[in-house]
Amino acid sequence: MTQELLGILVIFGSTLLLAVPLGRYLATIYRGDKSWSDFLAPLERLLFRFGGVNPAKDMTWPQHLVALLTINVAWFGWAMLVLCTQGSLPLNPDHNPSMTPDQAFNTAISFLVNCNLQHYSGESGATYFSQLFAITFLQFVTAATGMAACVVVFNALRDGAGDKLGNFYNYFVKSITRVLLPIALGVALVLVGQGTPMNWAGKASIVTVQGDSVSVSRGPAAAMIAIKELGTNGGGFFGANSAHPLENPTYLTNAVENVALVLIPFALVFALGYYLRRPRLSYMVFGVMTVGFLLLLAPTVYYELHGNPAIARMGVDQQLGALEGKEMRFGAAASAYWGITNTVISCGSVNSMHDSHMPISGMAELLGMMTNAFYGGVGVGFLNFFVFVIIAVFIAGLMVGRTPEFLGRKIEAREMKIAVLVALLHPLLILVGTALSAHLYTGNPTEYAGWLANPGYHGFSEMLYEFTSSAANNGSGFEGLGDNTPWWNISTGVVMLLARYLPIIGPVAIAGLLARKQPVPESAGTLRTDTATFGVLVLFVIWIIAALAFFPALALGPLAEHFTLY
Amino acid sequence: MKTQLLPALRLTLAMMLLCCGLYPALVWAAAQLAPGQGAGVTVSRHGRVVGFARVGQKFDRPEYFNSRPSAADYHADASSGSNKGPSNPEYLALVQARLDTFLLENPGVKAADVPAELLTASGSGLDPHLSPQGALVQVARIARVRRLSAQEVRNLIPRYTTAVLFGPDVVDVLSLNLALDELAGQ
Repeated sequence: MTQELLGILVIFGSTLLLAVPLGRYLATIYRGDKSWSDFLAPLERLLFRFGGVNPAKDMTWPQHLVALLTINVAWFGWAMLVLCTQGSLPLNPDHNPSMTPDQAFNTAISFLVNCNLQHYSGESGATYFSQLFAITFLQFVTAATGMAACVVVFNALRDGAGDKLGNFYNYFVKSITRVLLPIALGVALVLVGQGTPMNWAGKASIVTVQGDSVSVSRGPAAAMIAIKELGTNGGGFFGANSAHPLENPTYLTNAVENVALVLIPFALVFALGYYLRRPRLSYMVFGVMTVGFLLLLAPTVYYELHGNPAIARMGVDQQLGALEGKEMRFGAAASAYWGITNTVISCGSVNSMHDSHMPISGMAELLGMMTNAFYGGVGVGFLNFFVFVIIAVFIAGLMVGRTPEFLGRKIEAREMKIAVLVALLHPLLILVGTALSAHLYTGNPTEYAGWLANPGYHGFSEMLYEFTSSAANNGSGFEGLGDNTPWWNISTGVVMLLARYLPIIGPVAIAGLLARKQPVPESAGTLRTDTATFGVLVLFVIWIIAALAFFPALALGPLAEHFTLY
Repeated sequence: MKTQLLPALRLTLAMMLLCCGLYPALVWAAAQLAPGQGAGVTVSRHGRVVGFARVGQKFDRPEYFNSRPSAADYHADASSGSNKGPSNPEYLALVQARLDTFLLENPGVKAADVPAELLTASGSGLDPHLSPQGALVQVARIARVRRLSAQEVRNLIPRYTTAVLFGPDVVDVLSLNLALDELAGQ
């Protein structure tokens, strides 16, 4: 057990050690300073010329948003087209069918918003063409979209930013050429070295030692798995995601994948400090995020390592912890760490089945997605956190009787309205969606009997988890839910769309509005936002808004299940 | 919006060449140097492929070390976990039934010696491993069915056990069973 705990400490430590220099590097390339990766500049010039954009042209915040949304619309059309026709497209050795329109709608949106909710299984529901040209493609570009939006906010927070907020295409392209592609390539090389497939042939038919005929699915998996983690998308090549022994063959690949998915969210926090030359601010942000993360991690590791009490009552040996839905090569601790990192960060890949986790672990995973700001997805995690900072500044201002201001800019009614709307959107989408589903189900339990794999409180948690995961653009699931039905495909599709773009538009707008304001010189009366005191306040704001809003729902689901089990 | 559409489409095309053309091609080229040439490492016996090294397969006959229960029944083209919740009464009854069956097939073994992985389904349904205890607890049965000495069978286990630096120790079930067949002269 000690050894397993040491394992997760090593994974966390190595992520941190890599994230600090990566953060400095990100600040350098987004600022446009000299860097070792300048040898890629000719390639980028080629891309800009081909795209017909001028990367040096500054954009205002509305221009940024128009550029971002337009290119996203183009991607949506492309993904729908590919998924609806994949059955007749090339690279389909297993002759998998095209998706139905509602499933394609859900899948296209899911990957467009960097969510990876998957209402299909990779082995039978997608072709190699769609895995590469729709899904892998979106895993790159949507991560870069989040990073670009994050840099726009960084820009707006600089002193004297005004309307000069950099160029969207510049940040977007550089995020891919200088960050995502090189690191993904490195991760993919580790994966193929450890036995993850990267081939074009279809299933292999074999007869096993016992004489069973079995088909083994393969395909261009390694390339996709690397970027699914790094871009915090999380969409698996195979149905079982990173629990699959070809998708995640060893403890080493598990550690590498787990580092990769946490890396950029960590690094962007440090990049903030380097970019604004306010290192203390990034320490405050990182500190709050880490405290929140640890508060969720500790109980999960505890409960997973201690096994299922109902199975303990049968007198069975549970020394290795709760093993339903877990793989032996990772063990309970690394599975718990993976589960929490993937829910606080909107990656949503799984190396064990969350549906089978202990109730408190399931609740910690839900809370990770409900707050969605402890590290968070690439780029967007910081944007969510930024909203909470604005609210905390306002509350702190009221408490001490000073004008609320952040980095020398006054926070006024308009910014507050946007921040509160964005913060309240999340519970609204989750709770309304879950309530409607629960209403439908209880109204006609026979018709919807296929929805829930588990009765009682746990069944309620399955529905709550699905909407939480959609609204957090996370994509993991209590996968027992029979979710490939028009209701789930369309309702979660709509939730994913709203929950992606409004939380990008809101913070960019706030930052853009702040940037245009006359700076207020710092004085003894200024509320310092880079202190531990302020950090504690932010933590409480997150706790009250993002966690307590969900308390009644959590009480009906995981908490009720916990108390029946223990 | 209109002025943005053309650059959007053109950049999309350019990025597709990079991310869906060049990048997978590089990974594929590297995979050609990797074990199994990127098509998965296979395990053969007498010149016939009997399995993939990383992918678990079903062993449920008494003369083999049995692999874990699987929600996918070890169909390696439909990986899946059971997704049963920890308090689900149907699920708990299933675990109890698995335990009862195991104790029946392995007389002399006590419930406290049966490790949980033999009673629970893995995440992928394709878990290739057991814990050392999961293999040890099956030794007496296998030795009896195959008329081998228990000591001989037990001696195989450490050879196919991998000590992972930070993870739990694991036994590779496929290799272990192939060695077992060899020991029995099959």
